[in-house]
Amino acid sequence: MSFWHFLQLNWAELLLLVRQHIVLVFIAILLAVMIGVPTGIALTRYRTLRGPVLAVANVMQTIPSLALFGFLIPLPFIGGIGSRTALVALVLYSLLPIIRNTVTGILGVEPSVREAAVAMGMTDGQVLRQVELPLAMGVIVTGIRVATVIAVGVTTIAAAVGAGGLGVYIFRGLRQYDNNLLLAGALSAALLALAADFLLGFLERQFSFESKRKHSNALKVTLVLVAAVVLVAVGLTLWRSNAGPTSTAQGHVVIGSKDFTESALLAEIVAQMLEARGVSVERRFELGGNLPHEALVSGTLDLYPEYTGTSFTAILHHTPIGDPRAVYEQVKQEYADKFKVEVSPSLGFENTFAILVRGDEARRLNLKTVTEAAPYTPKWRAGFGQDFMSRDDGYPGFSKTYGLKFAEVREMDLSLTYIALASRQVDLIAANSTEGRITTLDLVQLADDRHYFPPYEAVYLVRQDSLTRVPALKEVMSKLANSISTDEMRRLNYEIDGNKRDPKEVVKDWIESKKF
Amino acid sequence: MDHKEAQNALVQFQNVSFSITVGAALRGRPSRWETTGGHGVPPLQIISDLNLTVEQGETLVLLGESGCGKTTTLKLVNRLLTPTSGEVIVEETPTTAWDPIALRRRIGYVIQEGGLFPHFTIARNVGLVPSLSGWDQTRTQERVRELLSLVGLDPDRFSERYPRELSGGQRQRVGVARALAADPPLLLLDEPFGALDPLTRASLQREFAELTKRLGKTAILVTHDVREALILARRIGLMHKGELVLLETPERFLASNHPQVRAYVETLELTDRKAGGKQ
Repeated sequence: MSFWHFLQLNWAELLLLVRQHIVLVFIAILLAVMIGVPTGIALTRYRTLRGPVLAVANVMQTIPSLALFGFLIPLPFIGGIGSRTALVALVLYSLLPIIRNTVTGILGVEPSVREAAVAMGMTDGQVLRQVELPLAMGVIVTGIRVATVIAVGVTTIAAAVGAGGLGVYIFRGLRQYDNNLLLAGALSAALLALAADFLLGFLERQFSFESKRKHSNALKVTLVLVAAVVLVAVGLTLWRSNAGPTSTAQGHVVIGSKDFTESALLAEIVAQMLEARGVSVERRFELGGNLPHEALVSGTLDLYPEYTGTSFTAILHHTPIGDPRAVYEQVKQEYADKFKVEVSPSLGFENTFAILVRGDEARRLNLKTVTEAAPYTPKWRAGFGQDFMSRDDGYPGFSKTYGLKFAEVREMDLSLTYIALASRQVDLIAANSTEGRITTLDLVQLADDRHYFPPYEAVYLVRQDSLTRVPALKEVMSKLANSISTDEMRRLNYEIDGNKRDPKEVVKDWIESKKF
Repeated sequence: MDHKEAQNALVQFQNVSFSITVGAALRGRPSRWETTGGHGVPPLQIISDLNLTVEQGETLVLLGESGCGKTTTLKLVNRLLTPTSGEVIVEETPTTAWDPIALRRRIGYVIQEGGLFPHFTIARNVGLVPSLSGWDQTRTQERVRELLSLVGLDPDRFSERYPRELSGGQRQRVGVARALAADPPLLLLDEPFGALDPLTRASLQREFAELTKRLGKTAILVTHDVREALILARRIGLMHKGELVLLETPERFLASNHPQVRAYVETLELTDRKAGGKQ
């Protein structure tokens, strides 16, 4: 699909993401100015506070954004997932340039001018408002400009905590190895940054008093007022339209998903089925890492799709075991006790780790199992996702169980490993067994003949209070029990990843075919 | 010094000393943000035991080299600084008992290059103190026109300009106009003509002398230029290392045998001889 064609098909969604992006940046900068400028002013009055406060703001800015989001998620009030967390992080990032430039701008006012102002009998407030702030305004606006451009960039990361914005396309593009998505996200973000830089640069020139001559004061005041009114109006409408419906008679459910196609697809199935039953649904899809779990436990989410093996090892920290029934029962029991969360019946398929090699290689060497492949591994390079490298049931135990020694192990993004394998960059990968591209790229799954990987049955995790609050949930859960086979899941995944179809359409067709 | 003049006194320094901490001294000239004393560091004496009376209507020139404390003396009058010990009395009230804002609005202040606000028009610069004091707009505007004419600037041409569009001499005139705006009884001038070329300086000095005489203003002017002191002063106070070493009329100043005075007078004779040689 050409980029142009992609844009034609997706312009509505792209505009929505651009809008979310702008709203996030706008509100964050507004808050940062409201906090940062007064702080900066205070620092010019209390010399002793200057060092410590600027040092703290400095440290804030050096924290990698993903890590900062990570810190914020478990916190009450300011944390959780969604735009609030993103705003907090964005504000923290934007503070330093704004505070620093406010301080620099005010302290940079000619001492003789300040002294004259005091000697004329101005109060401290008058000196600030009539002399220091107007003269420092150019420098302060420069700070806001820098902060805005940084915020446009950082906001792309906000997609990781479910705040939306252009990062959604960038993350999705990375996962699906889709250059159109990547390009649309990255290009739009870059254009936004340039536009913000240009607009604020224009504003900055209006404020620097070198331009005083060209514009009368009245014109300038009008200009600033018009700009402010437009910005506030735009901000408010965007914010409102963003808020969306809050509640209906049939109840309101917040559905989350993990950040890969299948999880989003399973979440979408529930979402559409609930909507068909008159329940209003809020989608918080594509959340990274342990975010969905944290959000579910904290009550931000009502439901998200999970795999029993993941809950068993990654959340409950048990040593992997092979019996699917035992794993399911124990997860169900412990979730009810610890988190007041209900585990739905299995959806009918497993998404376990699939150890994959190229088809031609498998046929040439006649490989069927991991054990058969083990002797070749010292000459092979392996490509594993970050997740597989770090989790309890991942690489360390796996290589030990089969006695594998690779020539090289590359840690890379999971979605890139398929391409890396097909294009002979690596020779073995650990993928998802329901991945649609397994068949299309002619990859072969080696059997886990020593039963190392625990069972990963797909289930929904639902909060108990949500089940009582929204009765329709129970009905949907029981309908979906044992409704999807592994082959069917692979096909659905491929419809989205391979055929690039709209997930909502795919889900809609599937629900119709099942007559749910 | 002469207490019989006390009835006519507008400003009196009584045993005034001013010192700053060494740290503050290293950071530059004393400013209003600095506190004195404390920190266990021996304070640096800027002014020692100054006694001085400024009479109604006179122009008193404080003469001295850089760092002698003359600017500090000036700032003690409008309470940009407060004495470490002793009292500065303005209109019979010590500066420390004055509301600093009210005090400063009764004192015009002119500094080198005018210290004009670069983001204000000339009219707004001049009308600042009246508008701060709550004058209505029409009255302020009239006053601004009157003052600009008074200092020799055409109000129609200059009102809406910005300071950087003016020459140094014009800016200095605006600085004087701004100081006179609210009709204060007292003017403080800190090397007001220092940055001007000799010709402009001479004409501004002449005009200023006339102006203060005509308006009956009291002025304290700080300079290191002995010629300026002789032209403008009714009395010259010579300062050296924070002390007032001599306070005399220009005639008696020239006749004094004080070594500091002789040094100044010698520079005058030197330039006069040069000028004479050319003729």
